[in-house]
Amino acid sequence: MGLNMSSSISEISKEVLLDMYYKMILIRRFEEKVVELYRAGEIPGIAHGYIGEEAVAVGVCSALRKDDYILSTHRGHGHSLAKGIHPRYLMAELFGRKTGVCKGIGGSMHSTEPEVGVIFSSAIVGGNIPIAVGVALAMKMQRRDNVVVSFFGDGATNTGAFHEALNLASIWKLPVIFVCENNFYAISTHVSRSVAAKEIADRAVAYNIPGKVVDGNDVIEVYKTTLEAVERARRGEGPTLIEARTYRWLDHGMYYLGPYRPKEEVEAWKQRCPIKRLKDLLLSKGIVAEDVLVNIERRVEEEIEDAVKFARESEEPDLDFVKQFVYVR
Amino acid sequence: MAAREITYVQALNEALREEMRRDERVFLMGEDIGIIGGVFKVTQGLYEEFGPERVRDTPISETAIVGAAIGAAIAGMRPVAEIMYMDFLMCAGDQLINHLPKIRFMTGGKLKVPAVIRTQYGLYRYAAAQHSQFYPAFLMNIPGFYIEVPSTPYDAKGLLKSAIRDENPDIFIECAALYRIKGPVPEEEYLIPLGQADIKREGNDVTVFALSYMVHVALSAAKKLEAEGISVEVVDPRTLNPFDKRTLIESVKKTGRLVIIEPDHKTAGVGAEVAAIVAEEAYEYLNAPVIRLAAEDIPPPFSPKAYNAFLPNEEKLINAIKKVMKYKR
Repeated sequence: MGLNMSSSISEISKEVLLDMYYKMILIRRFEEKVVELYRAGEIPGIAHGYIGEEAVAVGVCSALRKDDYILSTHRGHGHSLAKGIHPRYLMAELFGRKTGVCKGIGGSMHSTEPEVGVIFSSAIVGGNIPIAVGVALAMKMQRRDNVVVSFFGDGATNTGAFHEALNLASIWKLPVIFVCENNFYAISTHVSRSVAAKEIADRAVAYNIPGKVVDGNDVIEVYKTTLEAVERARRGEGPTLIEARTYRWLDHGMYYLGPYRPKEEVEAWKQRCPIKRLKDLLLSKGIVAEDVLVNIERRVEEEIEDAVKFARESEEPDLDFVKQFVYVR
Repeated sequence: MAAREITYVQALNEALREEMRRDERVFLMGEDIGIIGGVFKVTQGLYEEFGPERVRDTPISETAIVGAAIGAAIAGMRPVAEIMYMDFLMCAGDQLINHLPKIRFMTGGKLKVPAVIRTQYGLYRYAAAQHSQFYPAFLMNIPGFYIEVPSTPYDAKGLLKSAIRDENPDIFIECAALYRIKGPVPEEEYLIPLGQADIKREGNDVTVFALSYMVHVALSAAKKLEAEGISVEVVDPRTLNPFDKRTLIESVKKTGRLVIIEPDHKTAGVGAEVAAIVAEEAYEYLNAPVIRLAAEDIPPPFSPKAYNAFLPNEEKLINAIKKVMKYKR
C-alpha cells in the first residue's frame, strides 16, 4: 500500500505512547485468551477476534477524552478495552456472568460502559452508525463539546444505514467521527468485489465531508488523523470519515470458513504486526528501555489471568434476573 | 373539568406543544414536520414557536431518523420522531426492531431509550397497498417497546404526553381517518397511564373489543342495538403494550360474549391474541364462540369499492353481535 510509519512522534508524550503499547498488548493477550477459552468450551456463543487490528482501536481511543463516546460492533472487544473497560468485566460478559458489562445478557457482541464512554456495541452490520449520529445530535443540542466515534467495518459501508447516517451528520454538522476498519473482507467477500468506490474514503465526497485513508497498522498515524478529526468535530465543523486499512489475523469468527484469503497475504500482513511496529519505534527512538515494555507485558499477563479467574468465579444470571431489564418500570 | 371539543390533530398538537414547553429535552424530527407543520398538520405552528433546532425537518432517511432518535434518547434527550406513514416504518426496520427495543435489555439495563416514534396508518385514504397498512400485531410480537393506539382526541393527547414522559421506547400509532374527528378534551393538563384499557361504553350482553378507528364503529353499532334491546360493552385497549388483560377479562366475565373488530389483517392479528387470552383465561365464562372481524388477508386495494369491502364495518359488526346473541350451546 506504500503507507509508511508516520514520521514524527516527538509531540506525543511518553505517557501516551506507553499507554498505547499497554492497550495494544492488553487487546492482543485478551483475544488470544478468548480463542483458547472458546476452543475449550468455556466461552459460549459467537465471538469475533480483533487480533491484527489493535492499532485502530487504540490509535482512535487515545485521541479521545474519557468523556467522549464510542459505539462499537460485533468485533468489539478491542474497542471496549481501548476505551477503558476493565478486562475483568469484559471477560465476565463473554462468560455470560452477572458481573459482566451487560450483566451476562449481551455476550461477546454487546458491550457497554457509559462511565468510560462506551455507549454500546451493535451486532448488526452498520447498525450503530445512525445511533452514533443521534448521540452526536444530543451533544450538539446540549451544547456539550464531547465527540462521538462510530466504529464499523468495510462491509458496513455498503449498508443504507451508513449512507443515511453520513448524509444526516453532514447536513447537521454533528460532532461524529466515522471510523471504517477496512480489513478487506466482509466475512469472505473482498472489497474489490463489493465496494464500487475506488477507495472507501472516497465515499465521504458524496457527503461533503473529509475522507482520510490511514495505515491502520500504524497506531501513530491513526492517532494523529483521529486528533485532527476530533478537533474539527469539537470546533463544530462536522464529521470526518477515516478509512483505516488493517487486517484480521483470525477468521471472521472462531471457525475457519474456507480458503478465501491467499496464505501469502495473511503472512504478509502478520509481518506488519502493529504491536511490533510500535515496539520497534519506541526502542529505536530510545523512548524507553526494553525492560519497561517487558514489564508492561508481564502486567498484562497477570491482568488477563485475573480477568479469567474473576469471570470463572462469577455467578450466572437466571431468567428472573434478566427479565427485569426489558422495561423501565 | 372544563372541556372543549377539539380535533384529534389539535389534541396531538397540544400534547407536543405542552411537552416541549415543559421539558427542553423534548424535540421533534421527521419528514416535512417543520416549515409546513407536517403533511397531516400534527406539528403545525411548532416550528414557529420552537425553531429549527427543536423541530427538525429531515431527509427521507427513515433509518437515520429512527437511529438518531435512539442515539439522542440514550444521550439524555426526549426525541419524538415522526414516520409519515406506518408503511414507511419498515424502511427503518433494523433500527426499529433490532435496536430500539433491544438496547436497554442487551446492555443489562445500563442504557434507556426514552424515544417516541409517532406514525399513522392511512385508513380510508384510498391510497393503495403502500400507504394504507396497519400491522400492530407484528409490533406487539416484539418485546421492548410500548405501543399506543388512541381512538379519540382525549386519548390521543393523554397518551402522547405519557409516552413522551415514559422512560421506555414507544411506537405511537395514529389513524388518518381519525385526524379530523372532534371530541371533548379538558383545558386542564391530564395524563393517561400506559396499560389501561378504557370501557368506552358499558353494557351487559356482549363485549366488543374494538381497536383504534373501530371504536367509533362499535359505539355507533352499540347505539343502534340498544333500540333492539341488546346491551353492548365497548372495550378500547388504548395501548397494546402494556396490554390490559384485566379489563378485557372482567368485561367478558360480565357479558359472556366477545366480538372483536380491528382494522388490521385477521391472520395472527391483534384479535387473534385477544381471542387466545380469553380462551386461556376466561373460557368457562363464554356463552358463545368468539367472532373476529378484521381486514381481509390481502394487501389493501386501491379501488374504493373493493377497499371498503376489505375492511370490517358497522353492518358486519351488528350481524356478528346478533349472531353471538342468538347462539345456543
